[in-house]
Amino acid sequence: MARSAVSDTSQPRLADHVKLRFDAIRKRWVVMAPERMLLPDEVAVDVLKCCDGATPLATIIDRLATDYQAPVEVVGPDVVALLQDLCERGFVTT
Amino acid sequence: MNAVPGSPPVEAAAVAIEPPLAMLCELTHRCPLRCSYCSNPVALEGASHELSTAEWQDLLSQAARLGVLQVHFSGGEPTARRDLPVLVRHAVEQGLYTNLITSGVLVDQAMADRLAEAGLEHAQIGFPDITEEGSTLITAFKGGLARKYAAAAALKQAGVALTMNAVITRHNVERLPQMFEVAQQIGARRIEVANVQYYGWGLLNRAALMPSPQQLAWMTGVVTEARARLKGQLAIDYVIPDYYAKRPKACLGGWGRQFLNVTPSGTILPCHAAETLKNLSFDSIRDRSLADIWLHGSAFAAYRGDAWMPKGCRSCEHKETDWGGCRCQALALAGKADAMDPTCEQSPLHASVRAMAEQEAAANINTMTYRTFTDTAR
Ligand code: SF4
Ligand code: SF4
Repeated sequence: MARSAVSDTSQPRLADHVKLRFDAIRKRWVVMAPERMLLPDEVAVDVLKCCDGATPLATIIDRLATDYQAPVEVVGPDVVALLQDLCERGFVTT
Repeated sequence: MNAVPGSPPVEAAAVAIEPPLAMLCELTHRCPLRCSYCSNPVALEGASHELSTAEWQDLLSQAARLGVLQVHFSGGEPTARRDLPVLVRHAVEQGLYTNLITSGVLVDQAMADRLAEAGLEHAQIGFPDITEEGSTLITAFKGGLARKYAAAAALKQAGVALTMNAVITRHNVERLPQMFEVAQQIGARRIEVANVQYYGWGLLNRAALMPSPQQLAWMTGVVTEARARLKGQLAIDYVIPDYYAKRPKACLGGWGRQFLNVTPSGTILPCHAAETLKNLSFDSIRDRSLADIWLHGSAFAAYRGDAWMPKGCRSCEHKETDWGGCRCQALALAGKADAMDPTCEQSPLHASVRAMAEQEAAANINTMTYRTFTDTAR
């Protein structure tokens, strides 16, 4: 399966059988996947929460730029790089 | 159960007693197969001792409250328990991520559908070989391979993620390249090239299973090539036999750090083979709460941290990577549970353990003792 590159129009979502959940005992977010687990940092959690399969990447970036009160040109490349990495590791799909 | 999954790898710092991440439930020791490499204890627990549905449900709830995130349903053959879908659903309702470790031979489409509907995320199917002859040699069960393929198709159809657990012995190494093809054909996204870990019945049959160092070297080459070629299509996990390793594995992320194992009758163990350590006594969920056992149980305390370690480990830079290796292996090979794991090259026994493995592989004596219940299992 070739994983497509993340682009402005992609609508990223969590891959099948990947679950983002709040771990109430350790008070942190975790991403559960078959035989794997990931401890996302704060930014990754914000990004993953936007990955609903409907919202285009450009909108996600705008939203996060607003939340972080930072310019789109600064937020954008970081989000793309993060999502590209999560896609390559099979946690997110587009 | 032939596969012993650890906790999922995470990058977390260690502090005092962390809550466990994963729990493996041996729902039953019953199994239609009789694998010579089965890692179940030689003294299997009989059906009449098994926890009831309500007891398993309560335990799953306790586990979730304690901080467990992932539960493995294993055995024996977990699908031999009619209440498996009920238990999966209960686990999912507690927020647990569910994994099934199965031989597949009892899984038809109806069961696969019920499991998927209950919320099962992932199943790992054990393959002793990819020929019927090879499969039967290990399992003493005819026609098992075809049923495994059918189970894989049913689970895939039901929407459950699949891992092919290819259990490697000297009898099937040569078919490793085809195993990658099989994994892709059955729709697995992941394959474990899992050399037998020598515990329980596997330890008893070690001489009949152990690959040679030449086979291992070849295998490593095949895995390396396949990893590059199948990147993005098939994830390949590779577990070599400890006996040929330079350093031991971190047994389940360290004793009492991330993982707990429940026997069919509800004994709570730090690892699936821990009952071989006769110096320890183990608590039952029928007597104490899971939190109490995890935090205060003497068996969990025995080898937690580094206080118990032999000098060589305590001063070693790897001690928080492998936590001194496996206590059961130390007992089996060095005669002392708190000895350095002899699969570590720092151990004075390292060379002799490796030599023993080489000799067993070269002697090629293939008499196997197939897994069976003894009279004590009622
Ligand atoms: S006999 Fe084989 S299939 Fe059955 S539990 Fe043991 S390893 Fe698994
Ligand atoms: S000396 Fe002990 S801690 Fe160090 S690598 Fe060997 S087993 Fe692990």
